Amino acid sequence: MNSTLNILRKEIREMMTRSTLLPVVVIAILLGAMGSMMGGIEEAVTGAPTVGIVNDDTHGDLAAIAVGIVGNLSEVVYDGNDVDEGVTAVDEAGGVALLHVPANFTERITDGESGTIQIYWIMRGAGLLDSISSEAVNSVLWNVNRAISTHLIDANASVNSTLALNPTTRTETTIFGDKIMDGISPGTLGSMLSAQSFVVPLVMMMLIMVAGGTVISSMGMEKENKTLETLLTLPVKRGSIVTGKLVASALIGLVMAAVYMVGFNYYMTGFSASGELDMEKYDIALSALDYLLVGISLFVTLIAALALCMILGTFAKNYKSAQTLTMPISFLALVPMFMIIFKDFNTLPLAAQVLLFALPFSHPMMAMRSLMFDDYALVLGGIAYSTIFAVVAIALTVWIFKTDRLLTGRIGKKEEGRSKTLLMAISGRKR
Amino acid sequence: MSTSIDKPGAGGASGPALEVVNLIKDYGDFRALKGISFTVNEGEVFGLIGPNGAGKTTALRIISTILQITSGNVRMFGMDVAKRPHEARMILSYLPEDAGAYKNLTGNEYLAFIARFFSQSREGVARILSKGVDIADLGDRMGDKVDTYSKGMARRLLVARALMIEPRVAILDELTSGLDVINAQEIRKIVKDSSRNGTTVLLSSHNMLEVELMCDRIALINDGEIVEMGTPAELKAKHNAQNIEEVFMKVVS
Repeated sequence: MNSTLNILRKEIREMMTRSTLLPVVVIAILLGAMGSMMGGIEEAVTGAPTVGIVNDDTHGDLAAIAVGIVGNLSEVVYDGNDVDEGVTAVDEAGGVALLHVPANFTERITDGESGTIQIYWIMRGAGLLDSISSEAVNSVLWNVNRAISTHLIDANASVNSTLALNPTTRTETTIFGDKIMDGISPGTLGSMLSAQSFVVPLVMMMLIMVAGGTVISSMGMEKENKTLETLLTLPVKRGSIVTGKLVASALIGLVMAAVYMVGFNYYMTGFSASGELDMEKYDIALSALDYLLVGISLFVTLIAALALCMILGTFAKNYKSAQTLTMPISFLALVPMFMIIFKDFNTLPLAAQVLLFALPFSHPMMAMRSLMFDDYALVLGGIAYSTIFAVVAIALTVWIFKTDRLLTGRIGKKEEGRSKTLLMAISGRKR
Repeated sequence: MSTSIDKPGAGGASGPALEVVNLIKDYGDFRALKGISFTVNEGEVFGLIGPNGAGKTTALRIISTILQITSGNVRMFGMDVAKRPHEARMILSYLPEDAGAYKNLTGNEYLAFIARFFSQSREGVARILSKGVDIADLGDRMGDKVDTYSKGMARRLLVARALMIEPRVAILDELTSGLDVINAQEIRKIVKDSSRNGTTVLLSSHNMLEVELMCDRIALINDGEIVEMGTPAELKAKHNAQNIEEVFMKVVS
């Protein structure tokens, strides 16, 4: 038993190192931040939807029922008779939709036809959770339909049973940024954009993880194989060593990305072939310039990510510890991936927006969707930020290569006892 | 010494090949070197010996430009290595105690990789490589991956790497560490030949016989300080010892 305890103590001591604990702490902090963010989203989802109403059927009793139900189940921020004014008011109030009840609403139903409610959706994001607000409006409209149906049955109205059960229909127009898309609901658009919502961040995340892992492992291997000291004494500038390692990893990463993108292209082709949504028709197809911007965003982010990985790589003592150090990078890639899958940048709470923008890996993940809806400011801002991040990270990496840091592994002051033991080892002193 | 490399400091000012003045190195609160000073003349084989933890490797790493100096000065053929590390790296070669080579490269590829840092021309690289292959003397195995080499073969390759560029200063930490007697003797001979051709050698070793055989002068370092320095004969006479191992024991203990 004592021997087991002895081994147990040794194993725990070996496993509980800074390099194993740090990623866990980072993950805990990030999970906490994400939890707060998602809590905010949940509150937004469960509340009554904010809508506007334009009722042109002012004398119709069925229109009055519809407006009454909407008023009871929603927060109405506009109740007037101008659709454009109403859309602006709802948009400014952060609302979901403007419901337009046409002048012939009641008349059509009593004449035996469905009454049409025109919905102007104000779509703010294409993330999976962004469509939930529209579901709240759908719920309100279901209640409108039910209330009118109940009224028709109670009044013993002379309509056929099918109409009595479903007296209302809808037509939909989705407004997303500057795009006005007739005949499409946010749900349909969202499901089409799920390709961008899901696959693009996933590909970017894999690319960053693979290329980042390559560069961190390279540093770990240099230390494990004891080749680093020799490399550092060769007449080669530190900037050249850093550049060589970064470019090699970036090239490997880009080749991998190209392979992924070929697969992705087939995926998209298959999707378009299904004919569910013609991007050209809704003016959301990407131009050559847009693709160029996506490429630039990807390139600078990849360089920034790799420079960050090299900094982490300086902590690697060997190949094994290098594998552990890829965890923070993986997580830094996973966080924006999940955030972008679930929410658009513009629909996130401010704190989450700041976090998402600050993570350089986010920008190529968001670029394609942003460019579809002409959000050039976010893409160009992201490229500028990622470029600055990359330059700073490279400068920091080169600086580390010029210090003792690579060989000694020292960051700051440590407690005397541990410090001496470590320094004995790194300075070649054997007790 | 013939060289295919345009080396800074070559044909420069006369004086010692290496001049270490009051060198101090701190790791945080821990002082690894406490102001050591010594000079090594051109073509000389100078031994730095001492017990484990004395500061030998730290000194060698500083002279090799890969650790920063806390205070003091290291000059290589008059060049301040802290101020001109890149130029210093053009004329020095450092062989760490436990150095390795890139395992996925063959012996030839590894030496060619190193040679390309010292010559821009194809002929220059070929000349350096040819010298390296001669020194390594591994025959057909030079075409095999380093991963398949025995410890002795790998060390021979690394010695070849260190000496094929005909460095003006070779810094060799535990030159024959882990090698059998035959390999160790051959490698010592290679280093001595290199020294005869003009390379200045700074050597660290725990093998006192090796030190006595190879070194023109010796400095004994203990607890970060140089406690004795001289030729093997001078030290033996001074301490009335039969060999350097005895001197070492008397001085250090």
